[in-house]
Amino acid sequence: MKDARSGGDKKVLLMGNPNVGKSVIFSRLTGARVAISNYPGTTVGFSHGEMKFGAGEIAMLMDVPGVYSLHSLSRAEEVAMEMLEKGNVVINVVDATNLERNLFLTLELKERGVPVVVALNMWDETRHKGIEIDVARLEKELGIPVVATCGLTGVGIKRLVERLTEAEVKKFPKLDRDHKWEEIGKMLDVSQKLRHHHHTLLERLEDISTRPVTGLPIAALVVYFSFRAIVFIAEGLINYVMDPLFEKIWWPLMTSLSSYLGENGIVHDLLIGKLVAGEVDFGQSFGLLTAGLYVPLAAVLPYIISFYLILGILEDLGYLPRLATQVDNLMHQLGLHGYAILPFILGLGCNVPGAMALRLMESRREKFIAGTLMAIAVPCMAQIAMIVGLVGSRGGEYVALIFGVLFTVFVVKGFILNRVMKGRSPEILWEIPPYRMPKPAAIIKKLWMRVSEFLGEAVPYVLLGILFVNILYISGIFNWLSNIFAPVLNGLWSLPKETISAMIIGFLRKDVAVGMLRPLGLTTKQLVIACTVLAIYFPCLATFIVMLRELGIRDMIKSAGLMLLTAAVVGGLLNLIL
Amino acid sequence: MRLTELDTDRTVVVKEVEGTTNMKMRLESMGIRPGVKVTKISSHFWKGPVTLKVGRAKMAIGHGMAKGIIVEE
Repeated sequence: MKDARSGGDKKVLLMGNPNVGKSVIFSRLTGARVAISNYPGTTVGFSHGEMKFGAGEIAMLMDVPGVYSLHSLSRAEEVAMEMLEKGNVVINVVDATNLERNLFLTLELKERGVPVVVALNMWDETRHKGIEIDVARLEKELGIPVVATCGLTGVGIKRLVERLTEAEVKKFPKLDRDHKWEEIGKMLDVSQKLRHHHHTLLERLEDISTRPVTGLPIAALVVYFSFRAIVFIAEGLINYVMDPLFEKIWWPLMTSLSSYLGENGIVHDLLIGKLVAGEVDFGQSFGLLTAGLYVPLAAVLPYIISFYLILGILEDLGYLPRLATQVDNLMHQLGLHGYAILPFILGLGCNVPGAMALRLMESRREKFIAGTLMAIAVPCMAQIAMIVGLVGSRGGEYVALIFGVLFTVFVVKGFILNRVMKGRSPEILWEIPPYRMPKPAAIIKKLWMRVSEFLGEAVPYVLLGILFVNILYISGIFNWLSNIFAPVLNGLWSLPKETISAMIIGFLRKDVAVGMLRPLGLTTKQLVIACTVLAIYFPCLATFIVMLRELGIRDMIKSAGLMLLTAAVVGGLLNLIL
Repeated sequence: MRLTELDTDRTVVVKEVEGTTNMKMRLESMGIRPGVKVTKISSHFWKGPVTLKVGRAKMAIGHGMAKGIIVEE
């Protein structure tokens, strides 16, 4: 994380209702010089970067979580109010297609006596929605600069920067809430005209996917086809790009290196790993240059790319809040509300952002349930990719069995926690955004950000994991541990004692851990049990740290206890049944 | 009539909002307050959320909260 004070003395805050395009404007204003230190949480957190301010001056721009008012009604509002204390100028981003509600926050900001400039965003959408706004008139009524902008195309952004210097401290009379609405009504009467407009295809789709009768089947189809698409793209990338690259180019190189190093010895084993039938095998040779590169780049990366591509499209289309609405009543049975699917969906990509999204949950109870369920029953894409690759060769039904078991655990566990824990699940209250056609450039940009984040974080961890594996093998620690844990592994789950090595590496990286099962020669039953237990028993280190921060130490200990217990019980049951 | 009892596709005026001050203020800052016209889009079974149109925006409101919104045709 960069120092929050870098980038000049002036602090410009970007504030507005949720989902009005603040972040798009943020990236427009900061341009290439973005120093995004994404503070955790999708809405409850902020990013900052540098922007031009007036003639040659540099100011720090802070992206504040979206709020509807300044009253500490939610955690996001508390954060926003704390930040408001530190800001010099506020850019109030306003959704031009929804002026009345958005202006409420504008009036509240004005009253605070902080210089405000209004960015009338989504300007491009007003025309086809039959909304006509007289910007000059609105500016006169508000008494502060107003600039029409479109974050996506960049229209108006330059003008916005120019007019920032015009913002000044002004005294406005304080109005109570009723009078604010009255004031807004008067302003809009003279500056906005609404015409009736014909419904577009996207708008018709909005209603269809909101009503439960049609919305639920649509949700099922969307989820189903998303997964089909993810697997299709990922397997395509693996079979036609990554595997050929590794086999045709990297394999001969590694083979030469292996014979150069004499085919064994400590250096050879560290870099290449053990040979299988005298040959380098990327799945079973656990060297830094073999499995260390093959696992993150060839086995996992394709799934990361395809998952985040599909997720990005669904996010930008605006489907996720609708999915959350559809599942709200079901989630209540698990002690959560609809929005809790967000940490779960993000967790499918990587449990770390999933754990960060726990901040969206307002109550401690809900955080605990959502965090525990995610850590136990939501495997990350890296782990899923490895399970599909390893268990898939024994038959698709076994892959389905593992995920079926995890899903059952998810439902049963949530149901029990909801009954056992005191309190009840909170009510939802959120805005459902209109559908917007995803813009390919924006999708690709977001995909690139997420993929490079994966590469930057996963590859070093995988290499570290492989290094650990080798050190633990060479020093004999694995051997020692496997004898200690043999009764548990064997008695409870019918697993050979060598699986302890995978269990230990699983604390670091789940994908490497699943990969380590390959050379052990397990039966299909053992594979299913080992993969399921690996998914349930504990989150990886990175997830653990974020969860600890979100849940606090007491809840984290309880949660971890539940994970171990569930792993023991579920693994034991599978051992009895299969 | 309560918002939960209203048929879908009906446009009504909010008469009163029952509940805690916090909840009233949250609803109000999202544009749901007495005197405002709303159109119900859907309600979900099993005490699921109610979705409605307020101005040009669409909202999802939990069943309990929606029950506290008294409307008039």
